[in-house]
Amino acid sequence: MTELPLIGEAIADAPAARGLAGARIGVITFPGTLDDRDAARAVRLAGATPVALWHADTTLGDVDAIVIPGGFSYGDYLRAGAIARFAPLMAKVIDAANSDAKLPVLGICNGFQILTESHLLPGSMIKNDHLKFMCRDQILRVENTSTDWTGDYQPGQEITIPLKNQDGQYIADEKTLDALEAEGRVVFRYVGFNPNGSRRDIAGISNAAGNVVGLMPHPEHAVEAGFGPESLDGIGGSDTEGLGFFTSVLNKIVGDTK
Amino acid sequence: MPRIVVDVMPKPEILDPQGKAIVGALPRLGFTAFSSVRQGKRFELMVDGEVTEEILAQARDAAETLLSNPVIEDVVNVEVVEA
Repeated sequence: MTELPLIGEAIADAPAARGLAGARIGVITFPGTLDDRDAARAVRLAGATPVALWHADTTLGDVDAIVIPGGFSYGDYLRAGAIARFAPLMAKVIDAANSDAKLPVLGICNGFQILTESHLLPGSMIKNDHLKFMCRDQILRVENTSTDWTGDYQPGQEITIPLKNQDGQYIADEKTLDALEAEGRVVFRYVGFNPNGSRRDIAGISNAAGNVVGLMPHPEHAVEAGFGPESLDGIGGSDTEGLGFFTSVLNKIVGDTK
Repeated sequence: MPRIVVDVMPKPEILDPQGKAIVGALPRLGFTAFSSVRQGKRFELMVDGEVTEEILAQARDAAETLLSNPVIEDVVNVEVVEA
């Protein structure tokens, strides 16, 4: 793999549009987004071309998939994700995700909150049950490998990726939770420790079609040797167990165009 | 200037972590009469001129679509308050 410079170059200088690198994955930036550069870098490391999208844009720029990264869009004012949900670009994302083409959309952390506020995913996030911001490496079990974002994992595989949030407690009514379980839409569950009081240890879910996935932990921070969970407290896993999200969607995109 | 006041509360069946923290702090200050606390939000929407039925309907709509999230919150009050 060609070495990537640490900062600044993940979005510039797109490789020639052919093969895997021809796949274009949009990364949306809202005012207050923090992890857009890391998400773009993860896209690049997976072999695709990251495309920077701005919340006020009115077109999706012909991308093959979308990542809504983490951060504190609009300062988390009103409710986390509530104001971002009404940004001009989100109307396009909602249409594309619900269209026949079923554009793959991944929401990470604040991105997950934006997807629930947009009603692309059910339920909502409230403040962590212990009321503190939490930052740690977290083990997740991949429970559904048929979504657009998890095809490269094994069913039941445990992965370790960073988690960092304040409003991370996933909640929904019992009927919705039962339906999610019955339909296999609980995609990730916390293993060993529930860091925020989420119902049924849910860390991430998908829509019925499997093209829209949201989770609180951060796969884009676990894509590079030397910069992931392994080098910290060593609770398990390797440094790059988040990369599978991005290679999964890439394989899905390339598979669709064959 | 008339205001439309919108009150939003967490749904009763949802544990309110902020309310829980507050009820824990009250006895430390000697306020021992309160068995639980729930924390909500109050919005004040200013209107230039008279509040018509149409404007009030807009406020109710805004309360349901933006000011609250029906998954976790209820709009418990929408009322006009004269200045």
